[in-house]
Amino acid sequence: MIFEVFRQEKKGQAFAHAGSVEAPDAAFADAWAREQYGRRGESAALWLVPRESIHAVTEWADEFDLKYRRVDGYSIKERLRIARERAGTAAPADR
Amino acid sequence: MDTRTQEFLEYVQAGGQVEAGDWMPDEYRQKVIKFVEMHANSELMGVLPEREWILKAPTLQRKLALTAKVQDEVGHAQLIYRVAEDLGKPRDQMFADLLSGKAKFHNVFHYPTKTWGDVGVIAWLVDAAAIISQKALLKCSYAPYARIMKKICWEESFHILHGRDVILAMVTGSDFQRELVQEALDRWWGPLMQFHGNPIPRDEDPMWLWRIKSQGNEEARQQFLEGYVPQIRELGLTVPDPNLRRGDDGVWEYSEPDWAELKSVVTGHGPRSQDRLAFRARFLEQEKWVRDSLLAA
Repeated sequence: MIFEVFRQEKKGQAFAHAGSVEAPDAAFADAWAREQYGRRGESAALWLVPRESIHAVTEWADEFDLKYRRVDGYSIKERLRIARERAGTAAPADR
Repeated sequence: MDTRTQEFLEYVQAGGQVEAGDWMPDEYRQKVIKFVEMHANSELMGVLPEREWILKAPTLQRKLALTAKVQDEVGHAQLIYRVAEDLGKPRDQMFADLLSGKAKFHNVFHYPTKTWGDVGVIAWLVDAAAIISQKALLKCSYAPYARIMKKICWEESFHILHGRDVILAMVTGSDFQRELVQEALDRWWGPLMQFHGNPIPRDEDPMWLWRIKSQGNEEARQQFLEGYVPQIRELGLTVPDPNLRRGDDGVWEYSEPDWAELKSVVTGHGPRSQDRLAFRARFLEQEKWVRDSLLAA
C-alpha cells in the first residue's frame, strides 16, 4: 500500500504533502514515516493517508459562470467611467 | 510536436509544475524517470564508499555521524525510487537495470575510498557538488520530485558540515593527517570536475528543455568553483590544477576535465564499479525475504 505523508512542521501550521511511503499496513507505515520524516525532530505531526482514500479534485468547470463570486467578476472601472460621463462629473481628487 | 505537447512544453518553460496524475507527454515521462532513477541509484550506490569506513572511523562520534549519513542517503534513495515508481517504472525493474548496467549512477561513486581523508573529501566536496545540483531541482517541473528535494537538501546540509568538520580536524592535526587530506583532494579533484557533466549549452540539454533541471552543467560547475575553491585554499590546501584561475569577469578557468574518463566510469568501467554492483546484488538477494514477507503481510 502507498501512504501519502503530510507533514506539519510546527503546531498550528498547515499539513503539507511531503512524499509517500510503501508499507503493508498503517502500523508499518507509522514506523517507516517516523524514521523518514521525524528522526531529527523536524516534524510536529504527520498524517499518513492511504492513497486510495484521497479523493482528488482537479477539474474546475465553470458551467454556471460563477464569476460574480470573485473580484474579477465585476467591471467597476468601465461602468464608473460611463456613469461619470453621463453625470458630467470627474473622479474625486485624492485627499 | 502536437499542439497538446507544445502547450505542455510552454507551460513547464513558464515555470509550471506537473503532478503525478496530470497528463504529460510520454517523452517527458521517460526523461523524468531516467533522471530520477539515476538520482535514486546514486543515493543507493553512494553509501557504499562511505559504508566501508563505518567500522574504521577514528572515534565513536565519527562512527555514529557516518552511520547517520549513510542512513540519510539510503532514505533519500527510498524517497526518490517512490517518485519513479509513481511515474510507472517498478522498483524491481530499476534494481535489475542498475545491476545489469543499463541504468547509471554518478561517477563519484565508482571510486575507492583509500583513507579517512577520502571520507572527509566525499562528505564535504562531493556532497557540496551534489547539493548544487539538488538545490536546482527544488524548481523541477515535476512537482512530487521537487517536494521531496526539500527534505533531501536539508539533510545534505548536515553532511557538508560533518565533512567539513572531519577535514578541519585533520588539517589542524599532524603533518601526516594533513597529507592524507591533500592526497585525497588530489585523487578527487578530477572526478569532482567531471561531476556536473560536459559543458553543453543548456538550451541543447533535454533535461533543461523540459525544465527537469533548472540550470546548465557549466553553471553548476562554476557555482561549485566559486563557492568551494576559496574554502579549500584558506585551509592551505592546493587544488591540483595549475590552470585554475578566476577571470576578471568572475568566470573560473580550468584544465579540460577528462570526459573520456567520465564516460568510461559511468558505463561501469570505474575502479570500483563492478565490485560495488556485485555487493549490491548480493544484498538485494540476501534481503529479498524481508521485502517479500513485508509486502505479503
